[in-house]
Amino acid sequence: MIYNIPYIAVVALILIGLYAVIFKRNLIKIVIGITLIESGVNLFLITLAFREGSIAPIYRGSGSNPLNMSLPVPHALTLTSIVIGVAVLALMLSLIIHIYKHYNTLDVSKIGREKE
Amino acid sequence: MNLIDDLIFHSPALIVAIPLLGAFLTPLVSKINDKLRNVFVIFIVFLTSFFVLLLANDIYSVCGKIHTYVFGGSAAVTQGGYAIRILFEVDGLNIFMALITTILAIAGVIYSWSFMKENTGLDKYYTLYLLMIAGMFGMILTGDMFNFFVFLEITSISSCALIAFWTNKGKAVDAGFKYIVVSATGALFVLFAIAILYGQYNALNMAVLASKIQFSFLDKIALVVLVTGLAMKAGIVPMHMWLPDAYGRAPSSVTLILVGVTQASLYGALRMIFTVYGNNLSNTLNQIGDVNIDLNLLLGIFIVALALLTIFIGVLMALKENNFKRMIAFAAVAEIGYMILAIGAALTTVFSTTDTGTGVMALKGGIFHILNDALDVGLLFLVAGAVYYATKETSLNRLGGLARNMKYTTIFFLIGLLAVSGMPPMNGFASKLIIYESTYQVNPILSIIAILCSILLLAVFVKVFHSAFLGPKQSRFDDVKEVPKSMLLAMGIIACIIIFIGLFPNLVIDNIVQPAVNALTNHSNYISNVIGGI
Repeated sequence: MIYNIPYIAVVALILIGLYAVIFKRNLIKIVIGITLIESGVNLFLITLAFREGSIAPIYRGSGSNPLNMSLPVPHALTLTSIVIGVAVLALMLSLIIHIYKHYNTLDVSKIGREKE
Repeated sequence: MNLIDDLIFHSPALIVAIPLLGAFLTPLVSKINDKLRNVFVIFIVFLTSFFVLLLANDIYSVCGKIHTYVFGGSAAVTQGGYAIRILFEVDGLNIFMALITTILAIAGVIYSWSFMKENTGLDKYYTLYLLMIAGMFGMILTGDMFNFFVFLEITSISSCALIAFWTNKGKAVDAGFKYIVVSATGALFVLFAIAILYGQYNALNMAVLASKIQFSFLDKIALVVLVTGLAMKAGIVPMHMWLPDAYGRAPSSVTLILVGVTQASLYGALRMIFTVYGNNLSNTLNQIGDVNIDLNLLLGIFIVALALLTIFIGVLMALKENNFKRMIAFAAVAEIGYMILAIGAALTTVFSTTDTGTGVMALKGGIFHILNDALDVGLLFLVAGAVYYATKETSLNRLGGLARNMKYTTIFFLIGLLAVSGMPPMNGFASKLIIYESTYQVNPILSIIAILCSILLLAVFVKVFHSAFLGPKQSRFDDVKEVPKSMLLAMGIIACIIIFIGLFPNLVIDNIVQPAVNALTNHSNYISNVIGGI
């Protein structure tokens, strides 16, 4: 049971994030929702790498047994995913700044509705 | 090994590396001279196209050949059976998509020369433009799941920034935000599915996954999440609401490439369904209540239903739209519906043993339509951009009588109109006819709806043609001139290809489309070629 808790957290994070993206009207909250989904996925990747009693995958001369280490590949994937996430986050926030300049509001229902 | 062989061998990597390097050199070149920068960007695109053609020549020379390029080693699988190396693989389908991307990239970059001339910040524009092209090529050529995700994100980030390029317009920024929300969510879905697959099979390589996949319950979840994520990016109803905004508000030269981006996502979905899951779709029974249904049939029917919805909603929304580019965008939604209609119809039959070629024919029509849709919709967007460039007007209510001043643009619009609604001399007819024929054999109602919507599409565009180009002379547009030569050249290139494909469809189907279909249906060839006898 105790080993299933991370997976429950993953699903909870993704569902909460999806809820925020779909139902929230404030742009910042939508962005928070996306970062929540992202954290959920990252947590999932990290959890996949874990095995009981494992150590970080770093060789320290003799005494370090590769079979004792957690998997390094998901760690690399998570790092890449975090970096991409930062880029997406920065882009979204900069767009929000522009939207706020144009409309003076962050409410989705009042954005982009003007006549041409 | 002589030079040409070397170049062909390394070309999958070069096709992605050249635009990527060019993208970050562009701001530096831009410091010297603006004209030099434009020439430099066009040179980069042509150099990439050269490698694509070289590779295409190599792939098509031998039937069923798969070119595998492994980074940092010669074999895809290391000693001990770890498939951890990133690899690019090119078969008939990949090179088909790469050729489409090449045509769009060339036309787009030539079009940009005049179209974007009056804007500032063009060094950033061209940097993002090349990044987008590099990301698309990466998505198309890669044979690694995580690599696919990375290129997907590169493409979405750069295209989002380009959609919102005209930041002085509130609606453009709004469209960009919508796009990034949908595509970031979609990409995270894809990553989640990749993680599920990795957790079970300890592999990210598509071929290794395809050979190992067991089709457990988790795999089914992964399939649904993957296809949902990619469908979000491909703009399939009910996830289409970002598409009219993004297509309608972006600069026309960007919209042209965006059409390619949605199709690259569609390619991803095809690759996942047919290659990664292909082994198991055919022989898995799904129990619903007391009835056993073939899973491929279930998936096929679901996709066909989505496709019909997509076609219907696209056409109906296009009928009531007043904005020129948004209207074409809704037509583009409908066109995507035609592709997935063919793909869904193919899924219901292609794996069954009693199939007499219907599935393969439907698949052929669907894949051929990917090429035709990119050209037709792309040409219409370029024409809409040209009208905007000449008149600074987007609403169809205020346009009129433009044929007097812009005769070449009018001719190009007429070609695009006939092609997109599937009229006989153009390429749209060739692929739509195959789709009608094959879906008729699956179920006659499908083809009836498809033909009906095609006629409605014609009605939409005839209305536009009348209201924008015909009609009485308007004094406001007296000093409107024909658009500059580079824009005409870009439209001309696409129009020529449309007419060529329309006149010789068999040539294209036999030489380009058929290898792509073979690559999709023959997944065991894919597995054995990429990882070699596991």
